[in-house]
Amino acid sequence: MFRNQYDTDVTTWSPAGRLFQVEYAMEAVKQGSAAIGLRSRAHVVLACVNKANSELSSHQKKIFKVDDHIGLAIAGLTADGRVLSRYMRSECINYSFTYESPLPVGRLVVQLADKAQVCTQRSWKRPYGVGLLVAGLDESGAHLYYNCPSGNYFEYQAFAIGSRSQAAKTYLERRFENFTDSSREDLIKDALIAVRETLQGETLKSSICTIAVVGIGEAFHTLDQETVQQLIDAFEIVAEPEAPAAEPDAAAEQGEGADQGAAADQGVAPMDI
Amino acid sequence: MTKQQANWSPYDNNGGSCVAIAGADYCVIAADTRMSTGYSILTREYSKICKLADKSVMASSGFQADVKALQKHLAARHLIYQHQHNKQMSCPAMAQLLSNTLYYKRFFPYYAFNVLGGLDSEGKGCVYTYDAVGSYERVGYSAQGSGSTLIMPFLDNQLKSPSPLLLPAQDAVTPLSELEAVDLVKTVFASATERDIYTGDKLEIVILNADGIRHEYMELRKD
Repeated sequence: MFRNQYDTDVTTWSPAGRLFQVEYAMEAVKQGSAAIGLRSRAHVVLACVNKANSELSSHQKKIFKVDDHIGLAIAGLTADGRVLSRYMRSECINYSFTYESPLPVGRLVVQLADKAQVCTQRSWKRPYGVGLLVAGLDESGAHLYYNCPSGNYFEYQAFAIGSRSQAAKTYLERRFENFTDSSREDLIKDALIAVRETLQGETLKSSICTIAVVGIGEAFHTLDQETVQQLIDAFEIVAEPEAPAAEPDAAAEQGEGADQGAAADQGVAPMDI
Repeated sequence: MTKQQANWSPYDNNGGSCVAIAGADYCVIAADTRMSTGYSILTREYSKICKLADKSVMASSGFQADVKALQKHLAARHLIYQHQHNKQMSCPAMAQLLSNTLYYKRFFPYYAFNVLGGLDSEGKGCVYTYDAVGSYERVGYSAQGSGSTLIMPFLDNQLKSPSPLLLPAQDAVTPLSELEAVDLVKTVFASATERDIYTGDKLEIVILNADGIRHEYMELRKD
């Protein structure tokens, strides 16, 4: 896309003051399948789209537990993500061993960011090609951070990364002001709807979507497939992108009407490309 | 020219006794709760028992600072194992890990005399007994610590398990029921408390079986 004489190695600045290799690394994040995070006062939910290479293979693991109070979702080079999550687990274990208390999330993301920065200033290294949504709980509450290959990190109320994440971000931007006081169930529902936004018409089912939750009194864990499918069915989230606020409430009351509702939605869905 | 002697020791012995008995589908691990130094008592309520994994419980007597460090080390290693393998460590795996961890400090040992109890991969009770540098053996029952010399002969008399060297291999687990084994442990500690000054105050018993984990306590003589 850029193809110029200043993009060969990461230690070369462009005349405009850019490090192209770092920017290319951030492109790698945009190529990965979507990962979404949302937080309320007491919970953080991570959701991601599972993409398998073919029907024969299993899908890649995109959500990693780092400690009881921290987990992450990745988008981009999965191998880089796996290596970084191993580093994070190690840091949490060492901190716990020394201080007998959980590593505060804010400290971990700074360490991660500094680790990423090193790779932007060594000629024999390359930046990590993975974006991480770090979800965690500590004494100061629930947190969601985004760590990027450049070594920058930001805290978010809600965020989405990876391919077609803009659709999810648009949905989250409309709704984020309500998230702080959301219940755990509503937060998961919003996560599922945000995932569906990135699917652009494809049916949302538990086989293509993974959800993980961490909360006060709830250790970080991934929800199993049956639970996710039940939640998808209960919230009446199938293919309709413009689900009006009233519909999910009505559907929750009439469980049997779910099939009917779904069929009607699919007939109405405008985004079948 | 007399040889120079150390003017301090990095070790201390905090006393106490530990016992474990393996049953057909349960395991009983017990230890007293007295912590001493020299002829003084530091506290009457210190637990020497640590749950390392869902099906592995370790009781350790000796120098409790080293015991604490050993427990933390094993807990951290178990966490790494869970991250990598997505499951809990089995008792035999933990037994090997404990042995390796102890031998790692062969030339500055953990002053810890351990007995590891739990359920093996088939759900049968298992007990592993160790020395300070990691030599270990799976047995049907074992005692460690200051009262072990008083306890072990009595357990031999009541439970005598067949030699592990026999062919065909015979089961090490005791035919006793869970209630009988717990009762035996209480009897054994009451006796050891009579004659061992470092054993007493309270007995902590942990019972592991298919239903999970259970705790029982019994008062012991405080003199």
